[in-house]
Amino acid sequence: MKTAHKSALWKNSGTAYLFLLPWLIGFFGLTLGPMLGSFYLSLTKYNLLNPPAWLGFGNYKHIFTADDYFTKSLGVTFKYVLFSVPLKMAFALLVAVALNKGIRALGIYRTVYYIPSLLGGSVAIAIVWRQIFDGEGLVNRFLSWFGIEGPAWIAHPSYILSTIVTLSIWQFGSAMVIFLAGIKQIPADLYEAAQVDGAGKLRQFGRITLPMLSPVIFFNLVMGIINSFQVFTPGYVIGDGRGGPVNSTLFYTLYLYLKGFSFFDMGYAAALAWIMLIIIGLFTSIVFITSKFWVFYGDGKDGR
Amino acid sequence: MTESKTVVKLGRHGIIILFGLLMLYPVLWLLSSSFKPNALIFSSPGLWPAEFTLENYVNGWKGLQGISFSRFFLNSATISVLSVIGNIVTCSLAAYAFARLEFRFKSVLFACMLVTIMLPYHVLLIPQYIIFSKLDWVNTYLPLIVPKWLAHDSFFVLLMIQFIRGIPKELDESATIDGCGQGQLYFRIIIPLLVPALITTAIFTFIWSWDDFFSQMIYLSRINLFTVQLGIRSLYDPSGSSDWGALLAMSVLSLVPIMTIFMLFQKHFLEGIATTGLK
Repeated sequence: MKTAHKSALWKNSGTAYLFLLPWLIGFFGLTLGPMLGSFYLSLTKYNLLNPPAWLGFGNYKHIFTADDYFTKSLGVTFKYVLFSVPLKMAFALLVAVALNKGIRALGIYRTVYYIPSLLGGSVAIAIVWRQIFDGEGLVNRFLSWFGIEGPAWIAHPSYILSTIVTLSIWQFGSAMVIFLAGIKQIPADLYEAAQVDGAGKLRQFGRITLPMLSPVIFFNLVMGIINSFQVFTPGYVIGDGRGGPVNSTLFYTLYLYLKGFSFFDMGYAAALAWIMLIIIGLFTSIVFITSKFWVFYGDGKDGR
Repeated sequence: MTESKTVVKLGRHGIIILFGLLMLYPVLWLLSSSFKPNALIFSSPGLWPAEFTLENYVNGWKGLQGISFSRFFLNSATISVLSVIGNIVTCSLAAYAFARLEFRFKSVLFACMLVTIMLPYHVLLIPQYIIFSKLDWVNTYLPLIVPKWLAHDSFFVLLMIQFIRGIPKELDESATIDGCGQGQLYFRIIIPLLVPALITTAIFTFIWSWDDFFSQMIYLSRINLFTVQLGIRSLYDPSGSSDWGALLAMSVLSLVPIMTIFMLFQKHFLEGIATTGLK
């Protein structure tokens, strides 16, 4: 009996592996292999032309002790993630709640708010953004109507990052669509019961909407962190592509790109990538671990 | 129904509309500026062009260094369409195996697939580049297309697995009794029912490939291979001497395919995001 089952499993495995073949090749050739390769390279000095020269942990040591650009780029990226992810989610949630109240023409509003997310990743929009926030651009012209003299958003190192963050917040539409779907799942009788108990709108939001949405918030948060750490195009196009002015747009991915593809220091870039992986892993694990305390599932399996 | 309630309602609509217009302003500005003569683009903030011209489109289409934008569009379309086909075919094959078939090491491989979803692209970037350059694939479209034919976007595999799990198993069983093999099951039962997930995958693959500036920049440096994104980036000179009209006109055109797909598949699109959390 047992052997019959076993041989059937092997027999089926043949067909299954046929279906799985492209994915398997991709997994070993494009994911697992490169991962191992990337770790090996991170321990070497390699410029594509000469064979890799073994350095041990030399790259890592240099990154952590002697590389100011590493610290700088990490700082820029942290700042971006710290502002972009929560603000974007707050906007998404706010608008989702505002749109949910049995509003007419919801479809049109949802579309309008979604369009920035749809187009925002393109080079075209990044260029438009740069022009709108330029010193002589529309934003400052608008501010001047109110007698405010706007700063040089793009040229000044203290402001350009906030310009890039605004671009990311502007694209809150996709998170909003996810929130909207989540809000629709909340049973209406919960609100009715709360109303009977005399809970106001704000209380209902805090006691019903937020907890019921916490799995969605959790999901958006994890994906937001992973994606934001990898931001590239807006920084590259709105900044000068080399991290300027004064390294204020030196995103981590840009630094990695410059090391790998401008200086052809592939080993060093690989080490940077591994550090990035560990940092993202660390952040997502923190979210996962703390989720026990703030993510609620309707089926009583809290924090799972 | 009280009057104050109507006022509140109108007020809310008003705010939502106003905010919506603010959201759309950059896109509308891009559109209107692309029809303005160069001299007026930055001097008039209004959306309605005081002077209407198509010259920007004519100039922009000429492209750069003798390569016109028709070439760039054709290149982008080739990459995007081949990526879409690859993702649909190979991701659905893998998803079928994971969702419906029993095989050795299934749970290990499934776990591997889940982990790859979370993996940042940059960890694989350097070695993948080295592999592709050793294969002499740099300055071809292969590095951009071949991964899609190897189900490299595990996210879509997972999406389809979830979808297939919602398809009743009884269908498979009765088809098996009727003498269907695994191949027929996949083609005749699963694929037709999987269409919504396939459409979601197709839409997102198309848009992401169309917009994917980073890999295109890394792998393509010959101008005749340039995509729309690379073409626009090359027209653009951050120091300020760009032909702005041409640049904005081509920017508008670069967004047209994405907008068209969105309009055509709006329902699928927004549902796809809502249910899968795709960005």
